[in-house]
Amino acid sequence: MHYSPVPMHIPDGFLSLVVSVICWITSASIIGLAISKTNKALGERQIPLMGIMAAFIFAAQMINFPVAGGTSGHLLGGALAAIVLGPWAGMLVMTAVIAVQGLLFQDGGLLVMGANILNMGLLTAAVGYGLYRSASIRSNKIKLGVAGIAAWLSVMTGALLTSLELWLSGTSQLQVVIPAMLGVHALIGLGEAMITVSALAFILRTRPDLLGEESESAKGGGGWIWVGGLIALAVVLFSPLASTDPDGLNRVAADLGFLGNAQSGAGPLAGYTLPFLAFTSLGKIGAGIIGIIVVGAVILLVGRGMKAKA
Amino acid sequence: MHFDAFDRYHEKESFVHRLDPRVKVVVTIVFIISNALLPDGAWLAFVLAWLFLLMANLLSRLGVAYTFKRSLVALPFALIAITVLFSIPGKPVGSFSIAMWNFVITDAGLLRFVSILIRSWLSVQIALLLVAVTRFPDLIHAFEHLRVPAILTTIVAFLYRYLFVLTDEVFRLLRARESRSAGTAGKRPGGGVLWRARVAGNMAGQLFLRSYERSDRIYNAMLSRGYTGHLYTLNPHEMKSRDYYVTAFAIAIIFIVQMIGRL
Amino acid sequence: MPISHATPSFVAPECEGDVLQVRDLHFSYPDGHAALHGVSLKLCNGDKVALVGPNGAGKSTLMLHLNGILGGHGEVEIGGQRITRDNLPSIRAMVGLVFQNPDDQLFSPTVFEDVAFGPLHMGLPEADVRARVTSALEAVRMSAYKDRLSHHLSVGEKKRIAIATVLSMNPSILVLDEPSAGLDPRARRTLINLLRELPITMLVSTHDMALVKELFPRTIVMDEGRVVADGLTMEILEDAELLTAHGLEKP
Repeated sequence: MHYSPVPMHIPDGFLSLVVSVICWITSASIIGLAISKTNKALGERQIPLMGIMAAFIFAAQMINFPVAGGTSGHLLGGALAAIVLGPWAGMLVMTAVIAVQGLLFQDGGLLVMGANILNMGLLTAAVGYGLYRSASIRSNKIKLGVAGIAAWLSVMTGALLTSLELWLSGTSQLQVVIPAMLGVHALIGLGEAMITVSALAFILRTRPDLLGEESESAKGGGGWIWVGGLIALAVVLFSPLASTDPDGLNRVAADLGFLGNAQSGAGPLAGYTLPFLAFTSLGKIGAGIIGIIVVGAVILLVGRGMKAKA
Repeated sequence: MHFDAFDRYHEKESFVHRLDPRVKVVVTIVFIISNALLPDGAWLAFVLAWLFLLMANLLSRLGVAYTFKRSLVALPFALIAITVLFSIPGKPVGSFSIAMWNFVITDAGLLRFVSILIRSWLSVQIALLLVAVTRFPDLIHAFEHLRVPAILTTIVAFLYRYLFVLTDEVFRLLRARESRSAGTAGKRPGGGVLWRARVAGNMAGQLFLRSYERSDRIYNAMLSRGYTGHLYTLNPHEMKSRDYYVTAFAIAIIFIVQMIGRL
Repeated sequence: MPISHATPSFVAPECEGDVLQVRDLHFSYPDGHAALHGVSLKLCNGDKVALVGPNGAGKSTLMLHLNGILGGHGEVEIGGQRITRDNLPSIRAMVGLVFQNPDDQLFSPTVFEDVAFGPLHMGLPEADVRARVTSALEAVRMSAYKDRLSHHLSVGEKKRIAIATVLSMNPSILVLDEPSAGLDPRARRTLINLLRELPITMLVSTHDMALVKELFPRTIVMDEGRVVADGLTMEILEDAELLTAHGLEKP
């Protein structure tokens, strides 16, 4: 048995440093918020629960079913984790899953892990939970139907953001990557939706208390409906726009200062350098500062080494 | 299933294995950042970075080509970058046609495409090496030392511990499904896609409930041993002078490679 | 099923400083299912007692009361102290509770971390924690396994490490749930030898009647949430009527 990777994990090298760093900062801020929220809201029981649930998501991603033509459907799990654990705990669980996949299995890179966590963990949980929450007090049938849509849209959101990151890094062309990624993930999302719905149906049959109304308000507030709804709306409106008018987006990116090769359509942050590291006087100062930092770090480490025990 | 299927650590007595895990984590990250910063077509720097990797492989006594042999995992993703071959303006170096489209590969596009692949390939190799020479629990300790929040390292530690237990359960469920779906050889298993998805979903649901109940029992086991909501860990690693020197040396080398790449 | 109330043929000897005393313990789960109906028992220092009975008899529920994880009506005293909210930490250090499935008991990535978990959470300083880990692993003859990964262990090894995880807390009583379940003959034999040698009071729930006969002078039989017999193992194993009434078999 080998470990089979899920297609949305970006490896190192495919995102520029700037995009990677922006994604890391975004993810780290959201994770920080999730940590403080879970620390406040949840009891001591939650730590082993989140740990085992992370292992559950990891293992559940291996359950696949044949679709057609040799392809198989399987689970990503962001929406499911957020629905059963609540959005904040779901985010932490997904962060751990993606971190272990990247670290232990090289399924997704390390520098780009911030992006992978954002795409597949944080956004899927927010969209999945937010949409589901809007129907959580309705009948089970409606609940499950909405959960399916939520799971599908969570995958599409992740795919769209992945495309945008690749485009901003100058790795792919917008007019190609968006239809390709969204097309593939529209199918992957169906598998996600089907497994999520039947897993939830199974839980509703056997342990309805875990998805009951009281447990719902403890998991996350009604504000999530807005968060999930707005992100989903953005995805629904943005995707057709991006694939029909890529030049417009390229122009916007250029206007925002992400210049580089924008006019060529290759991507605004191409060149894999920090914008201020270009050959301008400012860039030279920046490079100089980085050089000084590195040399300083080396000297500091040698000094520490001399102090430490052999 | 045997536990080895998920183990990436290779037990060896080597200088690199004995380094503090923090050193290995930091050097890995610096190396990957440096790769991301190297400009397109910095061939000499790419070669030097690869030599750095080969040296690390050698010093780990895993064999000089250890990571090279396993480094193709990121290759399928290269497909996503293929459009840069045609989209960057430059001198045409080749062309081919599929149906009515004619694709022209430009020199600038080729340069960019190959550079992306090399960066990715180098970065994947050092990540492979990191887990081959560091036991995963030690990696978790390194992240604890490097101030990753305890709640995350704890979830990751649980995930690592129960990854083996739960995937075992998945394989038992999958085997049970196989032994019940007695399809004729060469024929597709019965039922429509929807039905198959439902079976898979039921399995996921079942796994969820078992895991949920297990977390209850684990919680009781933790309570029985004095857990009150706060987790304490011992710090089993101490940086020795050798660890500092190696970090300084490695960073200096990577920095020089970076400088050469920008000449 | 009618419950047969066998008259206890054995009266626990009076002892000084009894390590465990349970008086008239009742407990119902939140779903209404009543698991314990007035359980009373007493263990003296050095006792090695088997707890037998069919599944659902309330053995595991009882064990969860002994260190205050569950709290029913009635009294549980450990070393003369009644369990209250405030003395829970010290009670949990005194009662070494080992669960049936070692995969639930060993929740840390490495053996060292698992055996150190108890002493660390008792707030001991690092040097003491290390010393306790070393001696606990020695006691179960697993010193060489300190740095091993838990998922690399065999079931028998896991069971022994599981016992070490509570021995490191220096408990005054060891409470084991089904220690021999799922072991092959050799691992079972090693475990029996280990339990015989451990110089500590223990209460062991089990279905393994051969183990009971070999290791425990005294046996408590539970059924439907009650203690139905408490006496010398030799006598209980000869009482065919009692054994059949509670779904037990003579080894």
